Amino acid sequence: MREVSIIGIGQTQVGELWERSLRDLAVDAIKAALKDAHLEWVEALYVGNMLSGECVAQQHLGALIADWSGLGNIEAVRVEAADASGAAALRMGYLAVASGVHDYVLVCGVEKMTDVDVETANAAWSSALDAEYEAFQGVTMPALAGLLMRRYMHEFGVQREDFAPFAVTAHANGANNPYAMFRSPISADAYAKAGMVVDPISMFDAAPLCDGAAAVVLCPSERTRDSSNRPVRIRASAVATDRLAVHSRREPLFLQAAYLSAQKAYLQAGVGPEDVNLFELHDAFTILAALSLEACGFADRGQAVHLAKEGGIARNGRIPISTMGGLKARGHPIGATGIYQIVELVMQLRGKAGANQIDCRLGMAQGLGGSGATAITHILEASS
Amino acid sequence: MNVPRYWRTEQTRYGLIGEVCRACGKPIFPPRDVCPHCTEEGQDVHPFRGKGQVYSFSTIYDAPTGYTEYQPYTVALIKLDEGPLVTAQLTDVDNDQVHVGMPVEMVTRKIKEEGENGLIVYGYKFRPVLDTRPDRF
Ligand SMILES: [Zn+2]
Repeated sequence: MREVSIIGIGQTQVGELWERSLRDLAVDAIKAALKDAHLEWVEALYVGNMLSGECVAQQHLGALIADWSGLGNIEAVRVEAADASGAAALRMGYLAVASGVHDYVLVCGVEKMTDVDVETANAAWSSALDAEYEAFQGVTMPALAGLLMRRYMHEFGVQREDFAPFAVTAHANGANNPYAMFRSPISADAYAKAGMVVDPISMFDAAPLCDGAAAVVLCPSERTRDSSNRPVRIRASAVATDRLAVHSRREPLFLQAAYLSAQKAYLQAGVGPEDVNLFELHDAFTILAALSLEACGFADRGQAVHLAKEGGIARNGRIPISTMGGLKARGHPIGATGIYQIVELVMQLRGKAGANQIDCRLGMAQGLGGSGATAITHILEASS
Repeated sequence: MNVPRYWRTEQTRYGLIGEVCRACGKPIFPPRDVCPHCTEEGQDVHPFRGKGQVYSFSTIYDAPTGYTEYQPYTVALIKLDEGPLVTAQLTDVDNDQVHVGMPVEMVTRKIKEEGENGLIVYGYKFRPVLDTRPDRF
């Protein structure tokens, strides 16, 4: 296997982008990434997307995006793993380059959710759950997060207010990210008073569904000399799955897939959680941020809310998370999110994260699909 | 027309019919061909008694398409007495009266109406166990 590096990044604004279509967004991100990599062409394109069929009645994104980006008749396919689709596409791009099959590869994550009404978008998103035994009962993705959060509060004796630091931190970081959907800080008091969406999940516990696209360019590390930007190495790429339905899991409050994919990634990179300087985790809900921190070894079971309360997740804390706003404040364009996380890690590792820059050498990103049945972990390292 | 999709799971939904694994003896709900515990194939039909406790719950104010007429409604993870967890709506209870550990029992209720033909789909929901002790009166 060859070592793989990221030599180009691109992203669009995240939000309700009425004037741009799914294909427009993907092309914007791809053009930016190619320009950043000083390339005009690649050998393959992997598109991470979950809901183009349901939300814009468009499938077959591999060919469509390659065509509209002017990439010609290259290898191009769409990759789907619910909310982890972008991370899964990166995994495919990584494998293509690491294996020696391709040298220059584009990975794009794109999602367009605001072409349909909120009920339809919500129902489509919930197709990541077990359709026959979860969604059939009127259970949605936020409701499942609510079930996990309520049980967490019950088992570990914490209150809803104890989750406030996750939302407050994300919004504080999003305020300095020009691409973020939400750029206003919020207070713990505002969190406490927020209206319920799916009790105990309030609007400040949940990431917004929105539009966006992000892209990265990969190549073998030995070829990065051709690129003038600081390349960032992919030190680990790992995927694990769990039983799809929460009710089928051995221990609903322990994200087994997140644990396994993180362990595999640590092993591949030869590092441990103590070596990781920042963690772009999947905070689609505050409870998922807590469970992800615990599964990946940054906090003991039931302790993530205390880590957050003590400032451990802030930019100057032990393990900064959501450093550019996370899913909560940057926004969660489902299939694109995994690539946004990577783009933001690359900005941090290049030292180009602006006001949110932290001192870092090793960064980790984790995408969760659905309620955590898929977990994809990547570890990136700044070039020395 | 989605009738076969519902008809296939009729027994599971109307009768809470699950399985017991012939190899490891564990109860399985919902039923499946490969045991999730030991991965062996071959299970015996097992009707669950339909009694259990609320393991967790969540009240939905923002329902998806097809379920908006019931909102707000409470969904729950139910720990069946025989072991498995089941995801289901609660019924016949005020949303603010639900608590973890609450004893509940399965009932058959309308889940939703679907499509232009108004196909009515039924399934299990859970309600608080009725207190039938004589000294209650
Ligand atoms: Zn078995």
